[in-house]
Amino acid sequence: MKAMNIVSAINDALDIKLSEDKNVVVYGEDVGFEGGVFRVTEGLQKKYGVERVFDSPLAESGIVGTAVGMAVAGLRPVVEMQFCGFIYPAFNQIISHVSRMHNRSRGRHKVPMVIRLPYGGGINALEHHSESMESIFAHIPGLKVVVPSTPHDAKGLLISAIESDDPILFLEPKRIYRAIKQEVSEEKFSVPIGKAKVLAQGTDVTVVAYGAMIREVQKAMVMAKEAGYSVELIDLRTIYPLDKETVTASIKKTGRIIFVGEEPRSFGVGSEIMALANEEAFLHLEAPPKRVTAFDVIVPYPRGEHHYMITPEKIFYEIERTIKF
Amino acid sequence: MFDQFDPADNKMLQVIDNDGKVIAKEWMPQLTDEEMVKLYKDMLFVRTLDFMIVSYQRQGRVYTYPPNYGQEAISVAAGAVMRHDDWLVPAFRELGAYLAKGMSVKEIFMFNMGFEEGLRLKETHHMLPMSVPIASQLLHAAGIAYAAKYLKKDEVAFGFVGDGGTSEGDFHEALNFAGVWKVPVIFVVQNNQYAISVPVKMQTASLNMAIKSKAYGIKGIKVDGNDIFAMVAAFRFAQEYARKESQAVLIEAVTYRKGAHTTSDDPTKYRTTDEEKEWDLKDPLRRMKLFLEQKNLWTNAEEERISEEYKKEIDRQFVETEETVQYPLEDVFKYTYAEMPQDLRDQQIEHEKFLQWKTARK
Repeated sequence: MKAMNIVSAINDALDIKLSEDKNVVVYGEDVGFEGGVFRVTEGLQKKYGVERVFDSPLAESGIVGTAVGMAVAGLRPVVEMQFCGFIYPAFNQIISHVSRMHNRSRGRHKVPMVIRLPYGGGINALEHHSESMESIFAHIPGLKVVVPSTPHDAKGLLISAIESDDPILFLEPKRIYRAIKQEVSEEKFSVPIGKAKVLAQGTDVTVVAYGAMIREVQKAMVMAKEAGYSVELIDLRTIYPLDKETVTASIKKTGRIIFVGEEPRSFGVGSEIMALANEEAFLHLEAPPKRVTAFDVIVPYPRGEHHYMITPEKIFYEIERTIKF
Repeated sequence: MFDQFDPADNKMLQVIDNDGKVIAKEWMPQLTDEEMVKLYKDMLFVRTLDFMIVSYQRQGRVYTYPPNYGQEAISVAAGAVMRHDDWLVPAFRELGAYLAKGMSVKEIFMFNMGFEEGLRLKETHHMLPMSVPIASQLLHAAGIAYAAKYLKKDEVAFGFVGDGGTSEGDFHEALNFAGVWKVPVIFVVQNNQYAISVPVKMQTASLNMAIKSKAYGIKGIKVDGNDIFAMVAAFRFAQEYARKESQAVLIEAVTYRKGAHTTSDDPTKYRTTDEEKEWDLKDPLRRMKLFLEQKNLWTNAEEERISEEYKKEIDRQFVETEETVQYPLEDVFKYTYAEMPQDLRDQQIEHEKFLQWKTARK
């Protein structure tokens, strides 16, 4: 065991896969020599050489499009989009090819690639550096979308993602890249894609969250505990395929459901959770399903971001309202 | 070759003229008489197949189809030159190359009848399905070439695009990545003068398409795309250079789309018959036929006999495809993922329940 944060856990997962599978290559903007702007790939070029860990020209469509070719030709590329908001030039490749090549070729061509994507707000960044767009990708047939919230899961999920024959969007909560330290096994292990985790058992209300929001919910749960409420917390870990079983079972148990996510509210992951509650647990509900999300606005610049970010108080406020409904 | 046909001089590699006479003996590729006849027969087959698909479309038996008429020399030459392990990354107007890579006529029919099954490309080795989003496929070719180089596999990727595609960002990113990475890929621009209705002069202010190679530090050459000998010569040279030097090449193949953009398009709206007539003289089959006749390698009688044979065989396979091809419900779900999520399975089961209800209701 070794104390790791999310950055070092991802680095460790890449290190393990690079060392055991010659077909794994890692590239993107500043990924090679510098080790990435967040230092996630630090030291890997030195260890595995410039053919396997390298800087690419500055073009997101080019990065993703060439990875499609590499994947079809037998490699397992892991590419980095420097920031979530820079992924848009690669949309055509992701939506037209990454997600479709397997279907179009009737399974003849697999696209085993991972797109790593630091996402989310709360870091006082420039415009285009704080978005949460997991729903956009979760909506696209052919993609799988993964979001870890802890160093342990970041390592295990990335190993699963690299080994998956399906293309994976791997969203990394950059706000908590270095905020959490955890004892993580140095051995190889994997966390299955498509499986949520119940982080805390409770009886009054189910809270579903993922990524950087898990920590905010946990802070709210301290307040809830003081107020005498028992909260069940589920970390989705994978957005698509959604672990409906775990979420539904929990809603049926508590009779109340709150979704917490830092993405804009409408047509998002939260909407899917609301639909799930209604479709699968309607008769068990004791209060209206509730979403705590960002507003349907562009992420404000740093001086306005405090209005926008979800706080533990806001989550507690909705927990209390839902339980008292 | 690259030095003698510097795109900056706007020179074009040509081996035979419009009358089938050899005008540049030094560039005539080494081919036996049999190989020459085979090239012609392949072009004739592609043209026959192409015409027949258009007529099936008119009969409502296939959906929208992009004709290859007038551009046969380019993809037939590519198919003839490509090694078994070279990669074909097509756009959607490279019929001759699909066949050479092992795509079956039935698969071509299935694809155009509206079945993804046609893109399974069962018997092909190293061929990607056709790509509709313009120029996006060139990045795949660059990535494949990177993989080939990294895996020390000695393979060359051939990526196709049209003249309109050179305006897309992905075209430039692909050339740039390939140039920086020094990978064995040949980008082929089929410059057929029009992107649907938009003439090539409205796509670029460049002297020609081949010159764009210079901006990316790769070799480029402009070739008469209606001269199959020039195309074979250029492909062979580029292929050897790409393989040996591990470098990218841009080939501009100057041609003319004699047909419509697709069966939904009407070219009479945007071009003149005078222009069409001028290009008729440069028709790739006409020119090669004149060449072969002068060498006593081909006759009209032979052409009639073999065309009839092709037509019969093509129609037999078409009817067989029509009679056998099916689209079971499970195929809608089965291929979205390599590992199908339970939720998708549930969606299929839910729909099957509805279908059972529907049947019971009758």
